[in-house]
Amino acid sequence: MDMQNLYLLVPLAPLVGAIAAGFFGKVMGRTWSHRITITLVAVSFFASLAIFQDVMAGHPFNGTIYKWMSSGDTSLEIGFLIDRLTVMMMLVVTFVSLMVHIYTIGYMEEDPGYQRFFSYISLFTFSMLMLVMANNFMQLFFGWEAVGLVSYLLIGFWYTRPTAIYANLKAFLVNRVGDFGFLLGIGLVLMVFGTLDYSSVFANAHNYVNDMAPIPGISVGLLTAICILLFIGAMGKSAQFPLHVWLPDSMEGPTPISALIHAATMVTAGIFMVARMSPLFELSETALSFVMVIGAITALFMGFLGVIQNDIKRVVAYSTLSQLGYMTVALGASAYSVAVFHLMTHAFFKALLFLAAGSVIIAMHHDQDMRNMGGLRKYLPITWITSLIGSLALIGTPFFSGFYSKDSIIEAVGMSHLPGSGFAYFSVVAGVFVTAFYSFRMYFMVFHGEERFGKSHHDHQGDHADEETSQDHHHGLKPGQKPHEPSGVVTWPLILLAIPSVLIGFFTIDSMLFGDYFLDSIYISHEHHALVEMREEFHGAFAMALHSLFTLPFWLALAGVGSAWFLYIKRPDIPAVIKQKFSIIYTLLDQKYYFDRFNDWFFAGGARGASRFLWKFGDVKLIDGFFVNGSAKMVGMFSGVMRRLQTGYVYHYAFWMIIGVSALLTVRTWFE
Amino acid sequence: MIFGYPLLSVVIWLPIIFGLLVLATGNDRNAHLARVIALVGAVLSFLVTLPLYTGFDRMTSAMQFVVREDWITRFNIHYHLGVDGISVLFVLLNSFFTPLVVIAGWKVIEKRVAQYMAAFLIMSGLVNGVFASLDAILFYVFWEAMLIPMFIIIGVWGGPNRVYAAVKFFLFTLLGSLLMLVALLYLHQQSGGSFEILDFHRMAMPSLSAQIFVFIAFFMAFSVKVPMFPVHTWLPDAHVEAPTGGSVVLAAIMLKVGAYGFIRFSMPIVPDASHYLAPVMIALSLIAVVYIGLVALTQADMKKLVAYSSISHMGFVTLGFFIFNPYGMEGALLQMISHGFVAGALFLCIGVLYDRVHSRQIVDYGGVANKMPVFAAFFMLFAMSNSGLPGTSGFVGEFMVIMGAVKVNFWYAFAAASTLIFGAAYTLWMYKRVIFGAVANDHVAHLHDIGTREKIVFAVLAVSVLAMGLYPLPFADIMHASVNDLLVHLATPKVLN
Repeated sequence: MDMQNLYLLVPLAPLVGAIAAGFFGKVMGRTWSHRITITLVAVSFFASLAIFQDVMAGHPFNGTIYKWMSSGDTSLEIGFLIDRLTVMMMLVVTFVSLMVHIYTIGYMEEDPGYQRFFSYISLFTFSMLMLVMANNFMQLFFGWEAVGLVSYLLIGFWYTRPTAIYANLKAFLVNRVGDFGFLLGIGLVLMVFGTLDYSSVFANAHNYVNDMAPIPGISVGLLTAICILLFIGAMGKSAQFPLHVWLPDSMEGPTPISALIHAATMVTAGIFMVARMSPLFELSETALSFVMVIGAITALFMGFLGVIQNDIKRVVAYSTLSQLGYMTVALGASAYSVAVFHLMTHAFFKALLFLAAGSVIIAMHHDQDMRNMGGLRKYLPITWITSLIGSLALIGTPFFSGFYSKDSIIEAVGMSHLPGSGFAYFSVVAGVFVTAFYSFRMYFMVFHGEERFGKSHHDHQGDHADEETSQDHHHGLKPGQKPHEPSGVVTWPLILLAIPSVLIGFFTIDSMLFGDYFLDSIYISHEHHALVEMREEFHGAFAMALHSLFTLPFWLALAGVGSAWFLYIKRPDIPAVIKQKFSIIYTLLDQKYYFDRFNDWFFAGGARGASRFLWKFGDVKLIDGFFVNGSAKMVGMFSGVMRRLQTGYVYHYAFWMIIGVSALLTVRTWFE
Repeated sequence: MIFGYPLLSVVIWLPIIFGLLVLATGNDRNAHLARVIALVGAVLSFLVTLPLYTGFDRMTSAMQFVVREDWITRFNIHYHLGVDGISVLFVLLNSFFTPLVVIAGWKVIEKRVAQYMAAFLIMSGLVNGVFASLDAILFYVFWEAMLIPMFIIIGVWGGPNRVYAAVKFFLFTLLGSLLMLVALLYLHQQSGGSFEILDFHRMAMPSLSAQIFVFIAFFMAFSVKVPMFPVHTWLPDAHVEAPTGGSVVLAAIMLKVGAYGFIRFSMPIVPDASHYLAPVMIALSLIAVVYIGLVALTQADMKKLVAYSSISHMGFVTLGFFIFNPYGMEGALLQMISHGFVAGALFLCIGVLYDRVHSRQIVDYGGVANKMPVFAAFFMLFAMSNSGLPGTSGFVGEFMVIMGAVKVNFWYAFAAASTLIFGAAYTLWMYKRVIFGAVANDHVAHLHDIGTREKIVFAVLAVSVLAMGLYPLPFADIMHASVNDLLVHLATPKVLN
């Protein structure tokens, strides 16, 4: 097959699946809906594999599919840029998507919106592929907003639940705040470069290093302004502080999409975007510094929040936030390939952790509260082992995939000299302990210790919490009921994701970080040599893992696991004491640093208040009341007076005539 | 000429003739016949406009399909018609909407059916006349005549407060129009006795103050129609009281007439005044985008909310015009088309709910998706388009105007781009409260999903919204020559110094 047709096949196959399941889902029924969508996503995955081989053989592609619009002397096009960065993303997206599609058969088994769900996740796959395959900023924005739309639809999938439809509106609006910056960044790019095509923009970027941004009143470098504006978009999509607030709430969506969209793929779009824009970001150290500090704040402070969560999905959600922070820090340190490497390993182990959490949730009959779990390893052996693998990968256990990517990030940040790198280094190192602690806190609370299920302690926020409106109302296990492992469609994706979670780092670090995997798809200025130094110290994946046993991060991770074990297995009575002793800190964390409250009060409340004021005062009182109806009243009053003058008596008229004539005469004589 | 007939005359008079035919069916005993004739007439009237697109020469900015006959020779007034790449789109848009409005009112209107249908057909012909006129007096006649059917539609088939709304609508627009007439007479005199709009474009206007006077006179007429802040307050009232069909035509077509006036009259006739007053126009446009966007947020009445959203979206149109670059101008024109589709569709959506529950208040709804899933899906698409989602028509114009605005002043773009947040906030918050959630009350519990007739209307609009979002080039292609010509014209000062 012609390669160009193959490129088209990758995004279009899932789109066809989405349309089929969306429009004809009722006609086709459940089984055919999932068969068709899964087949088409599989087609997309295998096509991506073929393209991967082709690209590795030295055939990248950059070309137009069709002209979207032209105006003046510029034209906007829809086109693909298929290079090594793209094709890696394509593989990750289609593989995780395929796993999630299969898993969904089991997870959504009893849901009446089954076909709709498949339609949405296929539509998501299409949108995400359009995003990563774009060869220009407009299409990037296109995919960027399209994934936002699907995320909105999926968070609100159970649209009768108030929390879900609150969360999806919030997610959409917070993302729009990011997109606001993103769009302005694109506007500056178009204005300065006269095109939105990546290759021409990147090729000319160095000509503008010393230019100032055409922003009246603000004196900032042009490329700095562009990069920061674009990065604001990434802060929304990749949930970086302070636009992170939507991601924890997005857990209201069904678990498969938490894995696919809110962990593995969509939220990493921002990371991908910055890596793609490396030729721009490399030219502005201010922007890189900004990126690094934002990432560092996210990495450390969101990790803390994971420590006190009791909802199994929320723990994983905060862990995602923190890991996205790690990736962002790496971007700021000019270690784009490391960020993308962590993106890839994270996609596998985080999707695994989410799907495993989903498996636990199914087994618990949609109870998500970890306080009701414990000792599940006996009942869910596959979920248990795969979760353990995922957690070990997440905390960076040597030889696991997460180790290679995370340790590389820490090293890269350590070599950065940008302002803020000291804080960033502290954050990522301290973050190792926090990550290990909350990960194994969750692991121990769920799979080890006392069996707490089947008791009446229920204050959960399960996937089907709303009894009246949900069609599927299991509420945790009844007394005496035992959990059991879900069916093969659930466990096989876990196993298939566990394999790369263990192995992929070991086998790819050499070429992705230190080899020439990315070739020219990522550009690093020769002034930023973190990776060069790391390459000199790198003596193979095996040696790296061995060497790490003598470094601080390894011992921090071990300490984290140890403390989790001590507090939640050995002495489970201590956490409550700590909670009491440090109640101020606990409240601060429990309130998520008061961000939600502040946003609700200041932004949402403020906008509503301004709205009411402007409407009531501006439109109703001032314009309508004073000017419009006021002038109508004036006319009315005036005509009332005039009416009185017309009495019908001849002598009244004669009187007014005399007055008038004498007045005219006076005026006349006056002027003469 | 098509088959020997002057095409533009057919486009104008065919719907009017059909309108009169419908009127002739008399009272409501023949309601069904009236509906059928109206539908046939509306569809035929749309079909006859298609050669305007297929036969249009994209390479020239000259007027095409020109018809020119003597009318009132004593005053040198001609029956002069023609379209360029800008006006042709609006003739098409207008004729496209008439069948949809007829179908939408098919069952809903039960009283005075013939008069209702006739009013829409006649109005459709008159609006085509506005867009196709090349003679100022002919334009003025169509411009004023077009008000009458709309006045009647609101006044007769409207809501409880319809008289206030109709009179407010009529007075606002009439007041502006009279000043336009004065300006036209002045131009007639200055041009040495011509009423040709194209002569006005070409004639010298060496005095800036005279240009400003003309600009302000036109501004009074056009800004009310757009409507621009602060003369927008008639629109929410008119929408709230108008029947669904009236709102659809008002939003989709009538508002475009005002914006069209700016590019057909104000800008080419008095280019220097346009440049001189551009900061004011831009300021008013941005106030419309931001202020009205905020005001829309807390509206309790769905129609009012969409009406405010219309004003905010039309702010992009005037902003795009007065930044004088291709992105802005074409973006503004595309925004006009898109707003036609989207606002029209949203008013139809509200109409569907109103027909069933007889309330437009957001609080009276909740959980509609449970009972009307197909409707909810269509509504979602239109709501997203209203929020400017890429891939739908709503994105194209806003995107291009913002791109154009960055070139002029970053802060213009900054203010305009706030619609990304506000537009999504007011649209999706309304959607959430109406469509999502558990079934809120008995009314909602007894809702039934849209039927075939409604599905057809929505499907046509949905396809339009998506087609324009995914492939706007055919819409933009046709206007390039005319827009470029206009921009060159605008860059050439008439004031000599």
